[in-house]
Amino acid sequence: MNWMTALFVREFKIAARVGGGALIGVLFFLAVVTVFPFGVGPDLKMLARIGAAVLWIGALLATLLGLDRLFQADREDGTLDLLLMSGRPPELIVLVKCAAHWAATGLPLVISAPVLALFVNLEPTAIGAVTLTLLVGTPALTLIGAVGAGVTVSLRRGGVLLSILVIPLAIPVLIFGVSAATAAVGGPTPFLTPLLYLCAISLFALVLGPVAAGAALRVASD
Amino acid sequence: MTLYDLANPTRFLSLVERIMPWLIGATVLALATGLYMAFFYAPEDYQQGVTVRIMFVHVPSAWLALLCYAMMAGSSIGTLVWKHPLADVSAKAAAPLGAAFTFLALFSGSIWAKPMWGTWWVWDARLTSFLVLFIMYLGIIALWRTMDDPIKAAKANAILTLVGVINLPIIKFSVDWWNTLHQPASVFRTDGPALHSSILVPLLVMAGAFTLFFIMMHLMFMRNEIYARRIRAMRMRAASAAQPHANVTAQIREV
Repeated sequence: MNWMTALFVREFKIAARVGGGALIGVLFFLAVVTVFPFGVGPDLKMLARIGAAVLWIGALLATLLGLDRLFQADREDGTLDLLLMSGRPPELIVLVKCAAHWAATGLPLVISAPVLALFVNLEPTAIGAVTLTLLVGTPALTLIGAVGAGVTVSLRRGGVLLSILVIPLAIPVLIFGVSAATAAVGGPTPFLTPLLYLCAISLFALVLGPVAAGAALRVASD
Repeated sequence: MTLYDLANPTRFLSLVERIMPWLIGATVLALATGLYMAFFYAPEDYQQGVTVRIMFVHVPSAWLALLCYAMMAGSSIGTLVWKHPLADVSAKAAAPLGAAFTFLALFSGSIWAKPMWGTWWVWDARLTSFLVLFIMYLGIIALWRTMDDPIKAAKANAILTLVGVINLPIIKFSVDWWNTLHQPASVFRTDGPALHSSILVPLLVMAGAFTLFFIMMHLMFMRNEIYARRIRAMRMRAASAAQPHANVTAQIREV
């Protein structure tokens, strides 16, 4: 387990230091949420109704933002080849890298969500609900995104393509995340059902993401 | 992978040449029969009038869009597990066809929905999941086009295609899981089709014609892809012959 901790610490340090790290994702999240009231109008009632969706879309876009560097930076300086040649399973390497990436970029989004929720006029229960769904759902976004990052790792400018490939796969996460968050403030469905679906998707992505991304990295390296 | 592995594709090409005339004939015949039945044999709907005939294009396109993805996924397994030299050719050839069928299903559904539902588009579960399928097809085509090394592109695409298979059951059962505007399945049901035979028979003939058309186009696309790869290999060989000192042997070995 020692090499996994070491890799996690290394990845986390790089993610937090290089290119602004966590702060840049949160700033992007803030910018997206700020843009919405300009687009749909500053009507507080409507913002309260769509607020959860705005936060979720902001989180999705902010997650996509950093994904293209998930494996690419390591591939360019040769670290990825060393990691793959070390004989450790690529699936576990992907899993550790995803965990570090999520801790450095996804977790700050979750922590900043309650503050940003005030901008879109969410009530306290809705703030709690949307933060909880983001906490459960953003790991799934990172893990599904890792598949796209692995597949496009050898492309020099795969960022846009990566988003096109990942967004269709991320739609179920968005659907259940938003429906759970809106159900918490008196929707037609109970809160728990979509939340459990969201948990199930995250657990599924926990298996699928590392396996598929690991296979993609093996392909790219040989 | 060396140039000599093209031996198998040669046999494939001669097979295609032999069955292609029959396939074209069968497709034209089935399409003509299906269209005739759709226009003159099938009755008009008492509510929908003549617009019900859109179904004879809409439903087979939608089936083929799903079938094509399933076939692409099967080819992807062939690429990853058996490393069959034609599996990735098949997957690459199927992607634009699947995108075309998905577009046709969306388009015909849209012009059918305007008179029936009063709108071009609704964010209904079946429609939305089909739009997602369309985006996935376009993403796969884009990934094929951005990677120049055909073998790496094939493997990357195979992984992506297999991950995207999750969308197929979502599309199939979307009308059962979410009670929405699009009608539920009426042909493939455990208690038998819910359609009268005067509609069902032309529909099945059209579905057969679409399937034949798909097989024909797919084989043609595969043939073109094999030729394109041969041209690529020949160009690389010519380039390496022209500059004996250049380090292009490594590139040719990859082909």
